[in-house]
Amino acid sequence: MVVTRRLTRRNVVRGAAAVAAAAALARPALAQATARVAVIGGGFGGTACARALRRLDPKLQVTLIEPNRIFTACPLSNEVIAGLREFSAQQFSYDKVAADGIVVAAQAATKVDAAARTIGLADGSTLSYDRLVLAPGIEMRFDALSGYDEAASAKMPHAWTAGEQTLLLRRQLEAMDDGGVVVIAVPAAPLRCPPAPYERASLIAHYLKARKPRSKILVLDAKDNYSQQKLFEHAWAELYPGMIERIALSQGGRVTAVNPASNEIVTDFGNYTAAVANVIPPQRAGRIAAIAGAADRTGWCPIDPVTFASKLVPNIHVIGDAAIAGGIPKSASAAAAQGRACAAAIVGALAGKPPEPPRLDGACYNTVAPGYAFSLKGIYQPKDDLYAEAEVTTSPVEASREVRQREADEALAWFNAITGDAFG
Amino acid sequence: MPSALINVPAKAKRGDVIEIKTLMSHIMETGYRHTVSGEVVPRDIITSFACRFNGTEVFRADFYPAVAANPFLTFFTTVTESGRFEFEWIGDKGFSETASASITVE
Repeated sequence: MVVTRRLTRRNVVRGAAAVAAAAALARPALAQATARVAVIGGGFGGTACARALRRLDPKLQVTLIEPNRIFTACPLSNEVIAGLREFSAQQFSYDKVAADGIVVAAQAATKVDAAARTIGLADGSTLSYDRLVLAPGIEMRFDALSGYDEAASAKMPHAWTAGEQTLLLRRQLEAMDDGGVVVIAVPAAPLRCPPAPYERASLIAHYLKARKPRSKILVLDAKDNYSQQKLFEHAWAELYPGMIERIALSQGGRVTAVNPASNEIVTDFGNYTAAVANVIPPQRAGRIAAIAGAADRTGWCPIDPVTFASKLVPNIHVIGDAAIAGGIPKSASAAAAQGRACAAAIVGALAGKPPEPPRLDGACYNTVAPGYAFSLKGIYQPKDDLYAEAEVTTSPVEASREVRQREADEALAWFNAITGDAFG
Repeated sequence: MPSALINVPAKAKRGDVIEIKTLMSHIMETGYRHTVSGEVVPRDIITSFACRFNGTEVFRADFYPAVAANPFLTFFTTVTESGRFEFEWIGDKGFSETASASITVE
């Protein structure tokens, strides 16, 4: 018996839908075998993402694009500045990352063509991708603070990306005469590692107290309030009484201009001459984010919080400090958590699975003296198209030195774990 | 505690346009918020600011509940003689603060 089906309008539509559905199903299967994912930026976010991609789907072709052959970690670099830690303890190679089967391209990405899905590299070659993850971290806005350009940073270091800047600030502190004023200029939010300026002030105070006890630290701040403020203020009163003065925004602390020739720092209401000037300028997403069209007018990258997909360009995800992630502070541990969640979202999307809202952990340790640390630990979830704090635990303001010591030990264990995950 | 910050150049040339900055530490409670028990939190804002030079008003501003705490103002004026700037902030709950600064015109 032959059944002839009349070709109705409804059947045509249904048939077309079936073909489309079959194509949609077939494509992920094909992509899964051959999909190419490129990750730009070999920091905590980028390495976590690249390694998680390979772990979740060993067939993926993953390329990590990072011009530096040696990574220098920012966490704990304030201890290097204060002479408490060797610079070499901050450095890691990409050998183990490459051993995972990830192609490590030791080059700068100079172009991204989102329509053609290609990346241009500094040597002139081109790389094609199915998905691109941008993990470019931050760059300093050398156009934001009058007098502070890249040349000025050689005189007034920011030390806000770890490397030569870290060592420069350390050398300047070592060369400073006793009785000098160290000025730390802090920008308005958002900035990388929001409590780090105050950890830095603490550890510099520790160094000065031992070596140059007549010296002082002046923090000129474009913010009124900051993370773990009560804990810092408590620690300063206990450990460094009278050494650290902070001028907040509403006291006229916002820095408006600097003069590298005279080491002067100007606020709306005052002029200060520093013996050592640590000028932390406003920041934005690493340059490639803007080149790719993923950064908005704020200089940062709007994302879908569930998948980390850019809201501005297709097939591009943004993780870490460069992303606008609501309540998640820009930190190494948040970047790594985002990298892993983004990898899961990409592998899921390539397999045609609907995304699951991630739950991200972040930890932020502040060491204010050897054996004295406190922390903020948070869990973050998407809410209203951004990340919001689901739970946050901060160390108690009043605690015994044993508790502070335990947190200092935990801070080091945390660093060893996160660098082990990234580079070990 | 209210406190005023003033930035007036110490010296200027006759006819120069000078920039003046002021910041008054003060909450700006809008009067639109309620406590958990439903009572209105009374409005507590600075309502006006005036700047006089040798007794003559050169700048005035009115503030409303949408203005953020610690109002920061920057404005310009010209000077033709040496003298004294006087600043006055007036607000709710009888708030009244003054400050002054001198300038030498060469």
